[in-house]
Amino acid sequence: MKRLALALLCCVALDAMAQDHSHHMMPMPMPAPTTGEQPKTPIPALTDADRAAAKPPMADHPEHDNAIQSFVQFNRLEGFDGGLEWQGQAWIGTDTDKLWLRSEGERIDERTEAADLEVLYGKPIARWWDLVAGVRHDFKPGASQDWAAIGVTGTTPYKIELEATAYIGASGRTAARIEAEYEALLTNRLILQPLVELNLNGKDDPARHVGAGLSTAEAGLRLRYEVTRQFAPYIGVVYERAFGDTADLRHDASDTRVVAGFRIWF
Amino acid sequence: MTLRTPNGGPAQPARRRFVQGLAAGGAVAGLGLWPRASYALQGAGLPSVLSGTQFDLSIGETPMNFTGRTRTAITVNGSLPAPLLRWREGTTVDLRVSNALPMHSVHGHETSIHWHGILLPANMDGVPGISFDGIHRGETYAYRFDVKQSGTYWYHSHSAYQEQVGLYGPLIIDPIEPAPFAFDRDYVVMLTDWTDLDPAALFARLKKMPGYDNYYKRTLGDFMRDARRDGLAETIEDRKLWGAMRMTPTDLADVNANTYTYLLNGTTSLGNWTGLFRSGEKVRLRFINGASMTYFDVRIPGLKMTVVAADGQYVHPVTVDEFRIATAETFDVIVEPSGQDAFTIFAQDMGRTGYVSGTLAVREGLRAPVPAVEARQILSMADMGHGAAAHDMAGMDMAGMDHAAMGHAAMGHAMPAAQHHPASESHNPFVDMQAASPTPKLDDPGIGLRDNGRTVLTYSMLRSVFDDPDGRDPGRDIELHLTGHMERFTWGFNGQKFSQAEPLRFNYGERLRIVLVNDTMMTHPIHLHGMWSDLEDADGNFHVRKHTIDMPPGSRRSYRVRADALGGWAYHCHLLFHMEAGMMREVRVDE
Ligand SMILES: [Cu+2]
Repeated sequence: MKRLALALLCCVALDAMAQDHSHHMMPMPMPAPTTGEQPKTPIPALTDADRAAAKPPMADHPEHDNAIQSFVQFNRLEGFDGGLEWQGQAWIGTDTDKLWLRSEGERIDERTEAADLEVLYGKPIARWWDLVAGVRHDFKPGASQDWAAIGVTGTTPYKIELEATAYIGASGRTAARIEAEYEALLTNRLILQPLVELNLNGKDDPARHVGAGLSTAEAGLRLRYEVTRQFAPYIGVVYERAFGDTADLRHDASDTRVVAGFRIWF
Repeated sequence: MTLRTPNGGPAQPARRRFVQGLAAGGAVAGLGLWPRASYALQGAGLPSVLSGTQFDLSIGETPMNFTGRTRTAITVNGSLPAPLLRWREGTTVDLRVSNALPMHSVHGHETSIHWHGILLPANMDGVPGISFDGIHRGETYAYRFDVKQSGTYWYHSHSAYQEQVGLYGPLIIDPIEPAPFAFDRDYVVMLTDWTDLDPAALFARLKKMPGYDNYYKRTLGDFMRDARRDGLAETIEDRKLWGAMRMTPTDLADVNANTYTYLLNGTTSLGNWTGLFRSGEKVRLRFINGASMTYFDVRIPGLKMTVVAADGQYVHPVTVDEFRIATAETFDVIVEPSGQDAFTIFAQDMGRTGYVSGTLAVREGLRAPVPAVEARQILSMADMGHGAAAHDMAGMDMAGMDHAAMGHAAMGHAMPAAQHHPASESHNPFVDMQAASPTPKLDDPGIGLRDNGRTVLTYSMLRSVFDDPDGRDPGRDIELHLTGHMERFTWGFNGQKFSQAEPLRFNYGERLRIVLVNDTMMTHPIHLHGMWSDLEDADGNFHVRKHTIDMPPGSRRSYRVRADALGGWAYHCHLLFHMEAGMMREVRVDE
């Protein structure tokens, strides 16, 4: 049926070939439409030249829509009285598949007190959420240990950046880490960043001064100035508190520190 | 008069800008300064105008300086914009385009030229991988085709990011029959955006931090000001609405004057491109938006502009004070300057972060006052296609809700039925919102142009001087949704990127209707190669023939296409980085 209609169109076109229809875009009166199926301006009949010109090219269209991109950010790189702390992340990959690296740690009096590195595969699973899964290696505190990690990272309503990860380690050890961060714009360059980090553990681990349950909570408030988007120095105050058994295992259950540092990415 | 700096603060025209202006000639010293009053179509011996039927175009690299820093542009015959090509309707043109890019060019070894809006055989269309194999280093591609139309068009590279680094030029086709309007002088006004960044780095930056250029987000100060004006409760509700969507009402463009320097005929404002007139003459200005990512709002204070053609096709004349020109569109206007020695052609970007200006004057060297860039606007819920002003929705709990499921239509009065969405959009992490009740918005001048005291062009004012040239009712409808994710900087149709989707199949000779629904918060100029896009009104009546259809956020627009061009054709958003991020399809017209 379609073929028939097409044949009909071609006939009409051939018929009209003699007429000059090269400037049908010009302001001139158009004939009234004939029947519903026939175009007012005839469809040109196809020639072998048209068919030759319409052959698909040999090469594929070069695509950039799934190109590999990368990102490295030290969200926190800060000093405080007697110590240094870092928290950073990096990804490399496409829109759908990314390799993530995350690390955080603390040095006090030139000794590394805590340091970990996560290597994760990340995949978008919902509008605002990526699933991440992989491994975490703790260099400190205590003897090094490894965990399997699974979690989500994304943005909640009201634009709170959230990272929640669960860990399973050797001999049935479990842990979880939740970090939430918000950006309050005092101006478009002066930004107040509240942050909360919670650490939970399944079991007591006295060697690492960790007890079961909610072990530590950290609340930070940092005021940064974006000199450029990539480089933003900040000052802040951080309050850390240990709970339950963890508090019993430590000499100081809480700690308040003034920090200064910068955020950098590239 | 205050001028806004890219950082938002009021400022004097800074010294930095003045230095930029001195450097605004374009090609760096030693290569010759850009001729100021070029691009007049009448007047002999202008080096940048090539006319006839035989053309030799050589694509290479040329150092350019628009900002005080020298960068490498991709140019045609050493010029930016590329030479103005002047063809005649009814002739056959031969264009030998050679690739003279040097070894190790950062812009690749392949190039191409696409003749934007021109009807031609598929293998002449110039899209690598869709209509031909591209032009490789040292090669020459012979374009040869019959010129079947007339009007104002342009041409540009379709290879990677070369359009952003300068490979674009105006294309004027003289008609067989004289134009249905009179004019004494004829100038091209080509508006573009320039960056010193390598565009691949700019694209990468958009992937890392899409909001990089948005220094206009709502701050604590804005909150307090809004709370004083609208009340605390209402202000909190407003912030909740946007917060629930995780979006920013100041997000009008992905890249703005914080990154771009806007150019008019290849020179900055301080270069002051000047078109000469004698008092009382009718001057035809052919506006071309050859930018990669920028919409411009154009006016000439003190002059009415009569729009006589859109995308190369004559329209019934309509007189306006201002028009918005989407990326890739062209508008021809007639002005009749008199009573002053100089008038400013003023083009501010849609986001109101910067501008470019030129001058119409009775002699070189004159300037008229340059208006201030206007106040920045913020998007409303109605702009976003949610059909209601923010406060109407204030009672709704937006947190965590799926916009697709929002029953906005149920909210009553004169609202269109809830928009349905393709299945490929649901549970798709690359679709960050869906318009609940999009409308054609044909009589809406757009954000920032409503009720500004000026007569502003809208699509509903544009009426082709001819009837629907095909006349058939479309045999079928193809509905496509423009989709994307602001934070991931992914773009597509129906939630799918170019690389994930099969070509759209058209049957040769058929008349079909494309219905576009914009499910994003950005505007998208959608361009179909090889065939016309015959825009309809809300009732399906033919309105205007175009090659690029602007799709503001929250809009649903339809147009008819006659599939009278065999082969493979690109179909895409003409914002370069949206296209490169996936907002593109191949259309295949088969027998
Ligand atoms: Cu777009």
